[in-house]
Amino acid sequence: MSTTTFAWLVLAFPLLGTVAIGAGFNVLPGRSAGWIGTGAIFLSFLAALGALISLQGHSADHRQLVSSLWEYASTAGIDAQMSILVDPLSVFMILVVTGVSTMIHLYSVSYLDRDRGFARYFSYLNFFVFSMLLLVLAGNFLLLIVGWAFVGAASYLLISFWYRRTTATRAGIKAFVINVVGDVGLVLGTYFLFKHTGTLDFLQAFKQAPHVFTSGEADVVAGCLLLLVGAFAKSAQIPLHTWLPDAMEGPTPVSALIHAATMVTAGVYLIARMHPFFELAPAAQDVGAAIGCMTLVVAATIALTQTDIKRVIAYSTMSQIGYMIMGVSVGAYAAGMFHLMTHAFFKALLFMAAGSIIGAMAGEQSLDRMKGFRRALPFTFACFVIGGLALSGIPPFSGFFSKDDILLVTGELGGWHWALYALGYLGAFMTAIYTFRMIFRAFYGGEPVTEATELEGGHPHHVEQPTRVGGSDSGEVEDTDVGFPGPVHAIAERALPMKVAMSVLAVGAVGAGLIQIPDVDSVVEKFLAPAFAGSSLYEVHTKNGVLVLGLILGTTLGLAGIAIAWRTWGRPTDIPATLRARFSAAYSLSFNKWYFDEAIDFAIVRPARAFGVFAASTFEPGFVEGTLIGGATSIVRAGSASVRAIQTGLLRYYAALLLLGVAGLGLYFLLQT
Amino acid sequence: MSIAWYLSVSSIVFCTGAFGVMTRRNPLVVLLCLELMLNGANLALIAFSRMWGNGDGQILAIVVMIVAACEVCIGLGMIVAIHRRRLPIDVDELRELQG
Repeated sequence: MSTTTFAWLVLAFPLLGTVAIGAGFNVLPGRSAGWIGTGAIFLSFLAALGALISLQGHSADHRQLVSSLWEYASTAGIDAQMSILVDPLSVFMILVVTGVSTMIHLYSVSYLDRDRGFARYFSYLNFFVFSMLLLVLAGNFLLLIVGWAFVGAASYLLISFWYRRTTATRAGIKAFVINVVGDVGLVLGTYFLFKHTGTLDFLQAFKQAPHVFTSGEADVVAGCLLLLVGAFAKSAQIPLHTWLPDAMEGPTPVSALIHAATMVTAGVYLIARMHPFFELAPAAQDVGAAIGCMTLVVAATIALTQTDIKRVIAYSTMSQIGYMIMGVSVGAYAAGMFHLMTHAFFKALLFMAAGSIIGAMAGEQSLDRMKGFRRALPFTFACFVIGGLALSGIPPFSGFFSKDDILLVTGELGGWHWALYALGYLGAFMTAIYTFRMIFRAFYGGEPVTEATELEGGHPHHVEQPTRVGGSDSGEVEDTDVGFPGPVHAIAERALPMKVAMSVLAVGAVGAGLIQIPDVDSVVEKFLAPAFAGSSLYEVHTKNGVLVLGLILGTTLGLAGIAIAWRTWGRPTDIPATLRARFSAAYSLSFNKWYFDEAIDFAIVRPARAFGVFAASTFEPGFVEGTLIGGATSIVRAGSASVRAIQTGLLRYYAALLLLGVAGLGLYFLLQT
Repeated sequence: MSIAWYLSVSSIVFCTGAFGVMTRRNPLVVLLCLELMLNGANLALIAFSRMWGNGDGQILAIVVMIVAACEVCIGLGMIVAIHRRRLPIDVDELRELQG
């Protein structure tokens, strides 16, 4: 089979899965929907492997293959086709997406075992994977936009999965609205680029780019900035990030798949894919790098004080995506994509481990109520620590190599990029602190809580009776009906599928870093090179001094962060309270998430609502109903009143009119001749 | 014989009918006058048919007769219905369709 056939198969399996589960949700027996979903994604992963192997069979400068199923439209100036682009970049992405998705599907089979929406969940999840694959395989702007919008819709469906929880539906709407802002940016940016290149096809557009644009020209900068808006909304970068922490209302595997491993990295992929344009727009690259750097620092500071375990990981995700956005914006494409891959492994692993603790806590997510779980959940603990070490960038875990790779390239650019470099390491330092704060608070921190001690005795806490969900103060009572989380919460220690999924990802989190060690093997960089053949920034250039400095700095800061976290939260002390009192302004800034929600509420939501109220009370009755609708009806009414007078109802009168009319016509024609 | 004679008779019959339709108030007489109008037209059609020496006009005349038969059926049926409901047999009194 040809490479593109494999790629089409990669797309076909999840689509078939979603249709099969969606159509047969009523007749599929037992848990078969979950196994069909998992199997579909696994087949897709195998096809992705096939695509990889067959792509490697092509010579290095023929590794950009386009295949088109049919044309939507081919009119003057528009070439809209159903075409995919298979090159090292897209193959890299489909491998990561299908690989991690397979594990998360497997995990979900156990995690949502008792949920009444089991089949619906897997139908949505397969649909998401299909959309994401469509996004990364798209061979033209049109299909990219379609995939982009599809993943937004899938994300909305899955965040609001437990649709009878108000918080979940609100979070879904918020995510969708902010993502639509990004969609608009992407479409408008495409327009700016299309206006000059005159083609929607990626490869042709990239070939055209250097000829039709001069570097730094207004239109290409505007186009790239608008593409960045799309990337920021999808990848939760400041100021379009507020939907991501709220998206944690979805089931935990969804957070792992969509809001950590795959969808939110679409912005990184977009910038890497559009690199021929971004390299012509240095201003846009600088904006991307600055925003990425800002996000990584701000999100890390917020993560330091949050108490909801999933939100801590969510802010950590934002922060790590900040690294990737910064990396691909400064031209460290291979490093950015590499970090995307390792992050997908260890972040999905962290979410899965968090899901296991939440299961043991019967839905409770607050770190304040977790303590001493390390003996009750040894496997979860091991996975959490592996994920945490990888996230903190401790050698030889994967995060160490990928994060330092990004910062290395950034530092080598010199100039103001040294500031990004320094802030990147500051972020890494805070990453280690908040990651291990989470670990020490949940697994150490003194006497185990009731849930942990009961679990050690072999009895999962609160399994049979309904429990409270969404934090202890939400007031919502859990029930077993559809649209709410099921009553039994799975933990990895008791469910083999969860254990398998987490083990595989843990292996990835430990070992994935070894495939790209600077100056040793650089597998990712060499593999991706054909996709960036035209790039001026994509070249292997390392100065040993910076490299060694980075490696030492990364390790030291990571270990120092862990030590500080241990000192503060490892045992019950009054250090956290003292720190909170000492730095109360900084604490409340961080705890309230830098007031971004409030600022957006004040600057955008409230003016929009005020305008809406004004329009409804003034504009609508006066102009719309009074002038437009009232005017139209009164014109019709006046016209009909004048014609109505002719209708006397007298039959003889009608006959006379008829005859007169015919006579008039006859006379007219007679006079004509 | 010149075609003009035929057309003269035809138009006299037609105008008699039209005059009757416009002046009489009894619906029965109105219907009769309508028949006169149709037959006036029929006469003209057959005259033209003979003038050109083909049967098209005659066919059309037969069609008109069929239409007239139908119309009379409906018209008489309506008059019977009006009569049964004891409404006035007078076209000027039946003017519910006034605008």
